[in-house]
Amino acid sequence: MAAKECSIPFSGTKEQETKLREIISSHKNDKGALMPVLQQAQGIYGYLPIEVLKIIAQEMDIPLEKIYGVATFYSQFTLNPKGKYTISVCLGTACYVKGSGDIFDELSKKLGIKGGETTSDGKFTLLDCRCIGACGLAPVLTVNDDVYGRLTVDDVDGIISKYSD
Amino acid sequence: MDMINIKINGADYQAPKGSTILEAARLANVEIPTLCFLKEINEIGACRICVVEAQEKRGDGFGPKKIVASCVYPISEGMNIFTSTPKVIDSRKKTLELILSNHNRSCLSCVRSGNCELQKLAKDYKIEDEGIYDGAKTESILDCSSAHMVRDNSKCILCRRCVAACAKTQGIGVIGANERGFNTNISCAFEDDLGNTSCVSCGQCIAVCPTGALYEKDNTSEVFEAIADESKTVIVQTAPAVRAALGEAFGLPIGTDVEGKMAAALRRLGFDKVFDTDFAADLTIMEEANEFVERVQNGGKLPLITSCSPGWVKYCEHYFPELTENLSSCKSPMQMFGATAKTYYAEKMGIDPKDMVVVAVMPCTAKKFEIGRDDEDAAGVPDVDISITTRELARMIERAGIKFLELEDEKFDDPLGISTGAGVIFGATGGVMEAALRTAVETLTGEELESVDFKDVRGTKGIKEASYDVAGMNVKVAVASGLANAKELLKKVESGEADYQFIEIMGCPGGCVNGGGQPQQPGSVRNTVDIQALRASVLYKNDAAKSIRKSHENPAIKQVYKEFFGEPGSEKAHHVLHTSYVKRELYK
Repeated sequence: MAAKECSIPFSGTKEQETKLREIISSHKNDKGALMPVLQQAQGIYGYLPIEVLKIIAQEMDIPLEKIYGVATFYSQFTLNPKGKYTISVCLGTACYVKGSGDIFDELSKKLGIKGGETTSDGKFTLLDCRCIGACGLAPVLTVNDDVYGRLTVDDVDGIISKYSD
Repeated sequence: MDMINIKINGADYQAPKGSTILEAARLANVEIPTLCFLKEINEIGACRICVVEAQEKRGDGFGPKKIVASCVYPISEGMNIFTSTPKVIDSRKKTLELILSNHNRSCLSCVRSGNCELQKLAKDYKIEDEGIYDGAKTESILDCSSAHMVRDNSKCILCRRCVAACAKTQGIGVIGANERGFNTNISCAFEDDLGNTSCVSCGQCIAVCPTGALYEKDNTSEVFEAIADESKTVIVQTAPAVRAALGEAFGLPIGTDVEGKMAAALRRLGFDKVFDTDFAADLTIMEEANEFVERVQNGGKLPLITSCSPGWVKYCEHYFPELTENLSSCKSPMQMFGATAKTYYAEKMGIDPKDMVVVAVMPCTAKKFEIGRDDEDAAGVPDVDISITTRELARMIERAGIKFLELEDEKFDDPLGISTGAGVIFGATGGVMEAALRTAVETLTGEELESVDFKDVRGTKGIKEASYDVAGMNVKVAVASGLANAKELLKKVESGEADYQFIEIMGCPGGCVNGGGQPQQPGSVRNTVDIQALRASVLYKNDAAKSIRKSHENPAIKQVYKEFFGEPGSEKAHHVLHTSYVKRELYK
């Protein structure tokens, strides 16, 4: 299964936790408050680490599994922090027939992470996306705001090395 | 009640307003198949097996015929319902074919072969090619991490009945649906192993699973091997609730007492001695009633809470760790039996406890966890070696070629097979409380009870309360079964809203008769029959028919105290019959 416990150490601050607890208590008596609490928690931390989900579970008296089920159902939630660089490979039709699937697999192998995950040094996040409207350049990927097109598997090393800082 | 008119398959019926089509059809004795539906806890319209065609009345005519899920679709005035048109049958068939396309169809060796609800539907709907839609399969997970059970997602049909049993019946919720679409799977938070969670091993998920996705760890081979080992004395004990349900595995009606046939079958399986956990239930009452009287007289921790149910004990340790001091230090009857067998009985018979194998037949899956707990080894070896469920015993009887239904009734062996009516009612919710009251009241008053029936604590209600005037003292008691009910009751105890002196808690709703190790009944039966009450009636009839109905009057119990333990609560009794608890984390 895709989502497992995040390998990047949790580095939440006291201030963040205070804010989280305030949000939970402001929803204390609301039915169906889990979604807004999760959304705001992700707003504070940038993602939903297990440490945060445990606090929510305990304070709202909701089983941790149920919260995890909600967090993995909706694509708006992420259990992994975003890396410094987000690599997004287009797997839309045009890019896919031009071999973007192989490029995605090569990146996954080189970075040692699956789609949706972040490298343990916090540097790269690997995502797939559908069409970004640059089919003429297929296959395409983006690294943050940089666009790379007409790629082959051999270009992967060169792209990664550009972001060695 | 407002009744409205409907037509089912062309015939006129009336049904209460607000009913679903499924409920209305049941009142009309029209059977609609279901798969995911469990009354009150899982009414989610997910599986689409219960679809029917329905037409709403519109003016003088009817709206279009629509395929709807009858378990969640409400009836309306004049509605026209068709439950088995070719379109309905086709729809159900296609649903089954799609479920089967993502199902591990190794049915021949499946533990549920013969009583699988999916298998029955596939046969009823004449699925000719179960692989017609074969393609990608959801990644399967085989989770064997916990002491009591296996989760095999490759046989899961995502009906979520287990999820409802865990979260709603038991108030626990360690399993649930994760991910979405084709990746949807029933698992634990962060895909962790079940053995790492605060699962209490109750097995209620297994009891409601329609397929072979959830099953107990099978220990039947170990039992056959032990019996075949001539260097071992192999003795067996059976819990009260087993006799009330074992017959179901052989096609007998729910609520058939098979105590005599069970004893006969165990003897034919080759056990050296066929004993009864009911004896140890009487022993538990001696110790627990004494503990209660002592705590009352010496200002000990109250309320005293029973500790017979290992699912409840583990729940207490995880979810109410501060209340572990209220738990009775008494081992469960199963463990007391094993401890007594390997100390008193082994000594009496001149058997080295290392050469004795104690097998327990239990209505329970948590017992498989309990036998491995710390401080359950009075003779320096585990009190109980192997714990099997009622279902496993049925499988052993079948494998050994014993014609169960043809067996003449036999009796348990002496002395650890002698018991009272108080011992046998342990298997129903309220039974331990009633048995304890029979002994505690006579101890406190020094007078004989006029009636031994404490009817206020009987029945399958989730939470029961009663109070009794005993020797000038008002004793308030409560009984809860099912852990969601236990949670509700204990929150009141914690907040000080309730001030009971004695509480009985059983992990499974209805008590052991409805334990997670009992023969499985399909959804169609669970939704329409009061299984708990029928099985419990076996135990209460058994109690009423006994000549001795109070634990302290059991001659075998008197003998074991005279020859071995001395008095209830003695140092020796404490060493052999009592245990300790731990405070567990909610998350690892």
